[in-house]
Amino acid sequence: MAGKLNLDPTVVAKARRLAERAGGPVVELARSHTTVSVERAVLRLAGVHGADSDGIPWVNRLVDAVRADVGLGHGVSLPVFHAMRTTGVDDITVLAQKAAAGAVRFAVPAKKAEATAARRAAKRATGDGLKVVDRRRAERDRLIKRYGDPQQRPWIYLIVATGDIYEDIPQAQAAARAGADIIAVIRSTGQSLLDYVPEGATREGFAGTYATQENFRLMRAALDVTSKELGRYVRLTNYASGLCMPEMAAMAGMERLDMMLNDSMYGILFRDINPIRTFVDQRFSRQVHARAGIIINTGEDNYLTTADAVEAAHTVTVSQLLNEFFAHEAGLADWQLGLGHAFEINPEVPESFRLELAHALLARELFPDAPLKWMPPTKHMTGDVFRGNLLDGFFNLVGALTGQGILLVGMMTEAVVTPWLSDRDIALQNVRYVLAGAGNLHEDFVPAPGGFIQQRAERVLSEAVDLLDRIADDTLLNAIADGTFGIMKRPADRGKGLDGVAKHEDGYYNPVTEALEA
Amino acid sequence: MTIIRPYGDTTGDGMVQLSFTLPIPHDKRAEGAALQLAGKMGMDPAMLVHAKQMGDGFTFFVVYGKVNHLVDTEKVVVVERDFPLLSAKEVNAVIKRRLRRRLNVVGACIGTDAHTVGIDAILNLKGIAGEKGLEYYRELAVTNMGAQVSVPELVETARAQKADAVLVSQVVTQRDAHLQNTRAMSAAFREALPEGKRPLLIVGGPRFDELMAGELGVDRIFGRGTTPREVASYLVHALTARPTAPPPPLTGTKAAL
Repeated sequence: MAGKLNLDPTVVAKARRLAERAGGPVVELARSHTTVSVERAVLRLAGVHGADSDGIPWVNRLVDAVRADVGLGHGVSLPVFHAMRTTGVDDITVLAQKAAAGAVRFAVPAKKAEATAARRAAKRATGDGLKVVDRRRAERDRLIKRYGDPQQRPWIYLIVATGDIYEDIPQAQAAARAGADIIAVIRSTGQSLLDYVPEGATREGFAGTYATQENFRLMRAALDVTSKELGRYVRLTNYASGLCMPEMAAMAGMERLDMMLNDSMYGILFRDINPIRTFVDQRFSRQVHARAGIIINTGEDNYLTTADAVEAAHTVTVSQLLNEFFAHEAGLADWQLGLGHAFEINPEVPESFRLELAHALLARELFPDAPLKWMPPTKHMTGDVFRGNLLDGFFNLVGALTGQGILLVGMMTEAVVTPWLSDRDIALQNVRYVLAGAGNLHEDFVPAPGGFIQQRAERVLSEAVDLLDRIADDTLLNAIADGTFGIMKRPADRGKGLDGVAKHEDGYYNPVTEALEA
Repeated sequence: MTIIRPYGDTTGDGMVQLSFTLPIPHDKRAEGAALQLAGKMGMDPAMLVHAKQMGDGFTFFVVYGKVNHLVDTEKVVVVERDFPLLSAKEVNAVIKRRLRRRLNVVGACIGTDAHTVGIDAILNLKGIAGEKGLEYYRELAVTNMGAQVSVPELVETARAQKADAVLVSQVVTQRDAHLQNTRAMSAAFREALPEGKRPLLIVGGPRFDELMAGELGVDRIFGRGTTPREVASYLVHALTARPTAPPPPLTGTKAAL
């Protein structure tokens, strides 16, 4: 459906070039630093599992122990696998337990032969973890072949969020039966700022359910049953965001999650996580997602909840271009880029619907091969559920008209309650009506040449290019510090999780990064 | 007119609409059950206008009907705004004249609440509904701590910034988290700072009962639809009107808007 906006290809190419120039230094930063969460993800792939009696995972205890002895700058792989050889412990979780009890001293192997041996052992152990990820990916491909993809585009994305995984499961299955193609389990409020991943099946959460490996496994297994029943592969989504982004990615890969929310700047802007921590964690998590065949969902919709959706429309485009650059650099293919955008223009603004159409079409044409994620109105949902349902209908119509890939179903009770069973039913009825009645309207819909929609798209793109130009000159970190996105000022030397960042020392070794970049 | 009843299309007809779900499949009996519920809720006669089964064991109903209840508007207890609504210019002028320094405001979402939309709407330059946020006010020095701030962090920052007022936003209400967090916050400030040194404590969020200020130990509660200008006007009213004295005794009906 490319070509409806008559975008100037030289401007588009310039925008991409600028995004690369703005993102380049950040990639360098990510390549030369590690974080506690990256190292914990490596240990998870190497087979460390479980938690101590306080619920602190053994990966945290092990990383903390290594860090106390030799720092983080060499990575934990060499000290850990060297210690396994010197102590004769052959179970890495047992080693973590011993280390937590203070019974193991860690050192970076000094002799070349020792280092080579530790490296080889680390490679083998993490290789086993990556093999699990590969098997899970092949399994997904097989199941999709067997049960099939959804018959329509956009895929219908629904959220469950009870706080209790055993309540989530029947709700998710019911949502799938009612038409959802993708189930997202919203995380408990606050999880993004936990510097560890909780363990086990959980039944207590606030406005969401904790993301744990066991919860992932339970939900995926339940949706496999439902996929079989429905003859349609139902995808599962969670969040690779917050302080444990790399570990979430690793767990998602090992438990065959299908999509992960993973934005390059969301944690910085909206959770006040340190920018460097975020970029380092993000690169690693995207490399894992690339390997696992997971589709990422980026979070540009969020900018529009704080900034004005008309004035700041170009910041969404800029962020999409940056997200695309970072994703490609990390090895993700276009089909894995669920770039986000949203229907958040104040409905009182004249021509708001035409503006939404122009913005949505711009995203579609800039990223023709990406399954764009189209997010429903939230900011201007007032509690007037009747108007809300109407807005959601227009949102659905834009989604159908502009060929969006993933449609997050809007709830008329947004900003009122967590969705009730009936809210979801009404919302799905709304989607079905629009897709059945106007799902192919895009065939007839061509904006007038030089008309309002084309002009608006052109203007947003040119504003995006101007902003990228400034960012590339000023550096992305400074732009973030100055409040360019979402009006949030986030300097690089502040924010949560900064103390978990370390610059690579000479001889830093990470067997997972090595394998993923091979 | 002080005695009123709901209005459908004729004065005094008492018509209301209601929707709900019952955990049973749709059949005649389910419709009867829906009407029974409506009847017990005071709708008489009740008309079942829509019934639709959802999934296996649930049915959604829409019921219209007449209620006989009367409402006496004289007996309604609400929180009226008890301070003048000022423009940004006026707010700045009053602070300059009375305080002779900038007024320090510290804002945060506390507890596990990650929804900064409320605090940002009030504090961010961008503001909401066409009104600029408190950062726009020249005479207000705003520190926005963002989301998931712990209570001790908040108290410490308030102390360090010599906060005249602390604004706390709470959106998540699951298991009354907003009430528990607010109580913990007000208790911490009472413990950490003597009366008179304590900043004005203000909470806001869409699900607060504005009458609960006293019970929660805060000076003011702002509910849904509050704009930055109202908050700024209140700050000026409350802080410049009490030069040294401790805050006025807290009563439930004092809170405003």
